[in-house]
Amino acid sequence: MDLLDKESKPEINYTTATFKSTRVMNGHSIEKMPAGQLDFRISHRFGRINSGAYELFGLDQANIHFGLEYGIFNWLMVGIGRGTYEKTYDGFTKFTILRQSTGAKVMPVSVSFFSSVAINSLKWSDPERTNYFSSRLSYVNQVLVARKFNQSFSFQIMPSYVHRNLVETELDPNDLWAIGAGGRIKLSKRISFNAEYYYVATSTTYQGQQVYDPLSIGFDIETGGHVFQLIFTNSVAMIEKGFIGETTGSWGKGDIHFGFNISRVFTLK
Amino acid sequence: MKRLSLIFLFLGLIFTANAQKFMTKNGYIGFFSHTPAEDIKGDNNQVASVIDASNGEIVFQVLVKSFHFAKTLMEEHFNENYMESDKFPKASFKGKITNLASIDLTKNGGYEVIVEGDLIIRDVTKKMSVKGMLEVVTGGLNANAKFIITPEDFNIKIPSVVRENIAKTIEVTIAMKYAPI
Repeated sequence: MDLLDKESKPEINYTTATFKSTRVMNGHSIEKMPAGQLDFRISHRFGRINSGAYELFGLDQANIHFGLEYGIFNWLMVGIGRGTYEKTYDGFTKFTILRQSTGAKVMPVSVSFFSSVAINSLKWSDPERTNYFSSRLSYVNQVLVARKFNQSFSFQIMPSYVHRNLVETELDPNDLWAIGAGGRIKLSKRISFNAEYYYVATSTTYQGQQVYDPLSIGFDIETGGHVFQLIFTNSVAMIEKGFIGETTGSWGKGDIHFGFNISRVFTLK
Repeated sequence: MKRLSLIFLFLGLIFTANAQKFMTKNGYIGFFSHTPAEDIKGDNNQVASVIDASNGEIVFQVLVKSFHFAKTLMEEHFNENYMESDKFPKASFKGKITNLASIDLTKNGGYEVIVEGDLIIRDVTKKMSVKGMLEVVTGGLNANAKFIITPEDFNIKIPSVVRENIAKTIEVTIAMKYAPI
């Protein structure tokens, strides 16, 4: 045994499973689909809980987002999706810059870069003017920095920049800066408690309504090939462009949406 | 003179002892779990092992994270939920070939061997007795064995939701090619 210990070189021990899913809650985590794996995701956000018994506390309304996401390499994933919210199509890429590791190489954090485009496909609000396709586009860039402190606690911060080509009014800025923070605490091997908050530095309104910082809390529940995320949030949109700049619900007023993300992974190669 | 011959005798012993040690760093250990719902197969090609042919001692050492699976999610669950490989990074076996006398290292050929020893997984030690094949070939030794282990024996808890997918007993396959050191 001593001989083997002497012979075995110190290895780089990369940290794995910082988060259970590619999402912390609404937003992306540093996790990526590994090469050749396809993730089919269905997410729901119901209406506001404070809409009362007539709306069955929001359950009568449903916003859906579904997506197909694929790992090209272990360090690069891409995805496309479509959401009810503003009839938006979206596409994104996410890639690894640094991987947290111990052993022969020590790296305290994992860093990924996330970039997405969203295409709003609503009918033009003013069909009379000359409308350009580019007016439908918005862009999001995020740097995701995460650390798995131990088996049960992981934390991530995400400086974010949102650019919207066309905004409704002069009061709405085209550029938004925000910083997010999210984390998870494992309650058992298969259940974790997650929370995610974005501070939007550019304070703004959206279509005349006050915009609030998005806050989401919930649980990851893992069952074999599925990860369920149960979520309480003040945003309806399930993509960055929507929840960072256009969250008009307030936790204080009880504008809370219940929702879930379901992820089913298929191995393609 | 007497002292000198003693020294030579010792030197000779050391040399022969050295020549009778065989080692590999890229041996294979795989395991297989079969249920009607799912087959799970893990492969590890980075197994380190030493056989001391002078006394029959045999040692295996495995990095748990080096087991690879067809589905990455399986690998993650294997490391995170079942083996807890951050807490227990290594598994090992230390034992002895009990019928060493019946092996002739100078002649190429296959021998059935019985190895007895301690299998340590997740810091749990279990006494094992395994029947295997040891083959003397030109330039080394080949060893092959198959045996059954039970996850429960190593405090691996399998929750009810996946009980249909993971077999009660796991078949382990060992295939090693040793070179002399």
